[in-house]
Amino acid sequence: MQNIQLDVITILPEIIVFTMAMVVLLTDLFLKPSNRMMIYLLSQFTLLAAIVAIIKTHTPTIGYVFTGLFVDDTLSDTIKVMILSSTFIYFVYTRSYLEVRKLFCGEFYALCLFGLLGMMIMVSGSHFLTLYIGLELLSLSLYALVALDRDNARATEAAMKYFVLGALASGMLLYGISMIYGATGSLNLAQVASQILNVDLHKPVLVLGLVFVVSGLAFKLGAVPFQMWVPDVYEGAPTAMTLFIASVSKLAAFVFVIRFLAQGLSALSHDWAGMLLMMAVLSMAIGNVTAIAQTNLKRMLAYSTISHVGFLLYGIMSASINGYASALFYITAYVLMTLAGFGMMLLLSRKGFEAEQISDLKGLSQRSPWFAFMMMITMFSMAGVPLTVGFFAKFTVLQAALQAGYTGMVVFAVLMAAIGAYYYLRVVWYMYFEKPEDASAITAPMDMKLILSLNALLLLALGLFPQPLMNIAGRAMQLSIQ
Amino acid sequence: MFETHLLTLAIWVPILAGILILFTGNDKNAALARWLALAGSLVAFAVTIPLYTHFDFANGGFQFSETYEWITSFNIRYSLGVDGIAVPLILLTSFTTVLVVIAGWEVIETRVAQYNAAFLIMSGLMIGVFSALDAIMYYIFWEAMLIPMFLVIGIWGGPNRVYATIKFFLYTLLGSLLMLVAFIYLFQKTGSFALADFYKLPLDMTAQLLIFGAFFMAFAVKIPMWPVHTWLPDAHVEAPTGGSLVLAAIMLKLGGYSFLRFAMPITPDASLYLAPYMIALSLIAVVYIAFVALVQTDMKKLIAYSSISHMGFVTLGFFIFYSAGKTIALEGAIVQMISHGFISAAMFLCVGVLYDRVHSRNIADYGGVVDTMPVFTGFAVLFAMANAGLPGTSGFVGEFMVILGAIQANFWYAFAASTTLIMGAAYTLWMVKRVFYGQVTHQHVAELQDINKREFLILAILAAFVIGFGVYPKPITELTHASVAQFLSHMAISKLPGL
Repeated sequence: MQNIQLDVITILPEIIVFTMAMVVLLTDLFLKPSNRMMIYLLSQFTLLAAIVAIIKTHTPTIGYVFTGLFVDDTLSDTIKVMILSSTFIYFVYTRSYLEVRKLFCGEFYALCLFGLLGMMIMVSGSHFLTLYIGLELLSLSLYALVALDRDNARATEAAMKYFVLGALASGMLLYGISMIYGATGSLNLAQVASQILNVDLHKPVLVLGLVFVVSGLAFKLGAVPFQMWVPDVYEGAPTAMTLFIASVSKLAAFVFVIRFLAQGLSALSHDWAGMLLMMAVLSMAIGNVTAIAQTNLKRMLAYSTISHVGFLLYGIMSASINGYASALFYITAYVLMTLAGFGMMLLLSRKGFEAEQISDLKGLSQRSPWFAFMMMITMFSMAGVPLTVGFFAKFTVLQAALQAGYTGMVVFAVLMAAIGAYYYLRVVWYMYFEKPEDASAITAPMDMKLILSLNALLLLALGLFPQPLMNIAGRAMQLSIQ
Repeated sequence: MFETHLLTLAIWVPILAGILILFTGNDKNAALARWLALAGSLVAFAVTIPLYTHFDFANGGFQFSETYEWITSFNIRYSLGVDGIAVPLILLTSFTTVLVVIAGWEVIETRVAQYNAAFLIMSGLMIGVFSALDAIMYYIFWEAMLIPMFLVIGIWGGPNRVYATIKFFLYTLLGSLLMLVAFIYLFQKTGSFALADFYKLPLDMTAQLLIFGAFFMAFAVKIPMWPVHTWLPDAHVEAPTGGSLVLAAIMLKLGGYSFLRFAMPITPDASLYLAPYMIALSLIAVVYIAFVALVQTDMKKLIAYSSISHMGFVTLGFFIFYSAGKTIALEGAIVQMISHGFISAAMFLCVGVLYDRVHSRNIADYGGVVDTMPVFTGFAVLFAMANAGLPGTSGFVGEFMVILGAIQANFWYAFAASTTLIMGAAYTLWMVKRVFYGQVTHQHVAELQDINKREFLILAILAAFVIGFGVYPKPITELTHASVAQFLSHMAISKLPGL
């Protein structure tokens, strides 16, 4: 009895999100379209309530509940708070975009909340099946979200592509998991980890399983050579949906990878580090070089994401607490930058006009000096120029990789970073060095302008004082990974 | 209280002033922005003066030091301090910023607040580079300074500005990223980013060569040394006058300063080993680039190439030390950096004066300017003479000291270096002849107005410095003497383990 009570308290945040997703879906049925604002407020309230629940129940210990299916550690709590707060920002950014496009409906918020629930389960999974269920819950919500604007042919195509390739990746992941199960006889992360160490097991099966698992994970992260879907889905999906895939879900995908590789299969780090290395190098090369040729801002950011994933993998493949912490710092910075970058696109979009070409930013510094400045901070941060958090993100990851002995790779990475700087500079160039072609004023609600400004200024603040975020990332990894 | 925080003030006063200016908004408040910028730059200059007046000339170590914890995870500290090599460069920086604000007074008419803010912020960042004693802090200032310069060239530059500014940014970024890798490597050996710890670290030859290579990439691009100099003429030609001023007077010096601060003391054995190659590159810059300058038809390009050639003297002075073993070349190189700061600033201002009136930088578009602008021509000829290294101007002192050091090392080094006295005179005076003398062949030259009071003021101040340091260079040499001696103790002692 005692146990059940503990179990339920531990998953309180998930229960809140789940219940509220249902409530949102039901309430929507009885609401007049003019009262939809209530759905939005309910969703935002849910996020805040879940954050409070996580912080209130936080302990620095590692607690396994539901017979080891679900884990509550510092890593999961930290990431959940990050996921929830970035979703909060996400909802603020997308509200007016959705209203204008008649997508401001209960389904959107319900799907987002279900996706959120999936992410929270992924983050807390300590068993291959829990992890998988979380992933599928997230993926299905995302497919539906991309296709939500059903009269939009481009979005439907993107959703189809995403679904087919995503299903393939899930299949690979499951296949890999089944091989690992065959080799170790367990699906529980901790047991798998100890089995790999103790028993004289059949290594080829295990490594083959690992190959499939890593492929599946790489697909979800969008690393080369599993990146094909990223630019198409980013470009095809409505900007609001792209932002969800590009930002919040990457946080969950990152922890997902950490759970699989750093916790379950840590003993095979020698094997997977080599695979990640190849993917990281290719991601940086292809992501950065291809991004140069893009004229569509969403596509450019898609390739930029691929190159960021390359950097992220450098942190993970260092296979040390320090490396994982640097990767966590990187992904947090990445999510903040992506939110700001796409937020700016949402800000500039209006009825009948999607700001998604780089040329749509022409002369922004004259139309709106303040937001041009915010976008400039974001772009320099993505390029990794000092004074912004992007610099320290790259710095910590490179430091971890050098410590792990990848000297040549680090030199390669900085050369790629210099190439990458070009296309971020081009955005600044269009904003500052060109004349505006479009003189219309920026019409966005005050709350969005405020949060977007704070978001971009946070990039600057963390670039000057990165220590708090480094502490959070370091603590999360130290207390959670043995 | 101010005594102990002088460097913090020197860095942050201009930056905060710059941010304040940004808030004056659009060009309706242009006058306010200008006056604020002038006040800000004067205050910023004023706070750097005590660095000289309170400097302990007998002490070769770092003075006015401040250290605070900043990023404890990586042992990165907010650590500042200056020696006799950094102080004159800091003064030059804050002084040049005042000139830039005055030089852009009526010339810049669009986005005035942003223009002035960019230069004030840049000034603070550059002073940060000269005074940082923590490698990461240094790196942050070093890179961050690119952002305002990138915007200055891109927004207020000439027709081909986008190409020039992106080339400038990417060139310098690519060079400096490898330096970051070297810093992280050194951090893993020492456990901190403090410069003092880097100096003490023994390193084997392979590591030293690699680290030197990384530093070389960063600093050689900045100076710029041949063959990585190609960004500079482009950037200079497209930049507005203020941008050229800062670029030539200060940014190039950052590379030279960094050789002294990082490359030579951290990797002394690699520097010794590679010194002949560095000397060769410097001599190519001195001789070959002078020939390149000779054939230029664009005044700004000519001065840009002349800058590269003169900076060749600086690197020559640094590395000749290893052959000659005397400090005179090293001190000469430092004097040359300061003097070039004044002379190149003055030269670019002169071109700016002409460009503002005629909107052309082509030598062929002028001729006989002396007839319409006699006062201006007086200044321009003086600065041209200084650029050519005429005795009695500051341009002579540094070059002479370097040649004096070179002749002790090898007669042919000195011989090659001395050709610059001929070549420098050739390209500078030939340009003067074609621009200022001869017949007035163009209508727009005949209509020129002589310089106004504002322009006279700037040029007169610069002329005073150029002649002053030419006749009496002791303030600079006295300032640097003890620090150079201290520096030799780092550079001359092998760091190879087991020796």
